[in-house]
Amino acid sequence: MPIYDLIIIGAGPAGITASVYAARKKLDFLVISLDIGGQAAWSGDIENYTGYQFITGPELALKFEEHMRRYDTALREGEEVLEVKKSGEIILVKTNKADYQSRSVIIASGKKSKELGVTGEKEFKHRGLTYCATCDGPLFTGRDVAVIGGGNSALDAALQLTKIAKQVYIINNTVELGGDAIMRQKLQAASNVVILNNSKVISVLGDKFVSSIKIKSSDQEKELTVQGVFVEIGLTPNVAFAKDVEKNQKNEIKINLRNESSIPGIFVAGDVTDVPEKQIIIAAGEGSKAALSVFHYLSRKVF
Amino acid sequence: MAKSVKVYSTSTCPWCIRAKQFLKENNIEFQNLDVSGDQLAADEMMAKTGQMGVPVLDIDGEIIIGFDKEKIKQLLGL
Repeated sequence: MPIYDLIIIGAGPAGITASVYAARKKLDFLVISLDIGGQAAWSGDIENYTGYQFITGPELALKFEEHMRRYDTALREGEEVLEVKKSGEIILVKTNKADYQSRSVIIASGKKSKELGVTGEKEFKHRGLTYCATCDGPLFTGRDVAVIGGGNSALDAALQLTKIAKQVYIINNTVELGGDAIMRQKLQAASNVVILNNSKVISVLGDKFVSSIKIKSSDQEKELTVQGVFVEIGLTPNVAFAKDVEKNQKNEIKINLRNESSIPGIFVAGDVTDVPEKQIIIAAGEGSKAALSVFHYLSRKVF
Repeated sequence: MAKSVKVYSTSTCPWCIRAKQFLKENNIEFQNLDVSGDQLAADEMMAKTGQMGVPVLDIDGEIIIGFDKEKIKQLLGL
């Protein structure tokens, strides 16, 4: 079995940028990822990535991918990492398809949507319940929908839906909506939005497709007739495979200024880390830093 | 003979864009059905799959939900 210099886990902005730097440092490395582009590919309009005054998420993701592929990088797409473990000086990476060995690893696995954890959520996924308003929103033209959540991603989803759906309910479990003031104002100006604060979803109901949700508002239970449920309650780090590294309260992997985790040889970059602020441009910058740190680590160390 | 390929998609979903791009790269002709603007196409897709997630590919009657590259390759003999 070959021993790589580096294995990069994830191909979002952080992982792809790390791969570009690793290729230019002529490291012998591999990229393993379920998808390409990560959350950036799911973003709508991006106006804060320097050099592009305006670009859409899918377009920027495509640019990232082209940049990575320029270097004949070995890529295992659609492969899921199940375990990362240090054994002596070598790091073992186990996936759903193979086992690999490497002298170093960069974890850049990002974040994914949080689930509600209520009855009916799994059964009705893609049967009216979705985690991506940008993707599936247009399917709900003229229907009644509920957005679950009260932060920016929920407000963004609700705003998109006001233009498509008949009635938009926002189910928010705190006293009032969070997010940016400008987005709250836009929502208040829309005529087809009902905001239900202090409310939470208890179950999702239906036959073949979603037909209603049961909610609890100020200790009273009621049923809302909706055909669409958009879950936007935030994100959770993809860390199930990295049991041994230290994490913070949000389950993000703790790193130092050199992107080192608590285990030497395991570096981490992007949204999966505890760096403050999650932005595409920050993830990309962190990816380059992690790759350079790996380069220094490998050149200092005798294997 | 070339297989009949239909893609049920919305213009905004990243996996739809990738699926269509993949077909183009492999010179596969396909019919694109935008389910956001076309209620009949949306109903057809939901009847065929019992679900609402996009993209859905119909390759000579065989249904693929999501951008499953390996399955697409297999059905198209790529």
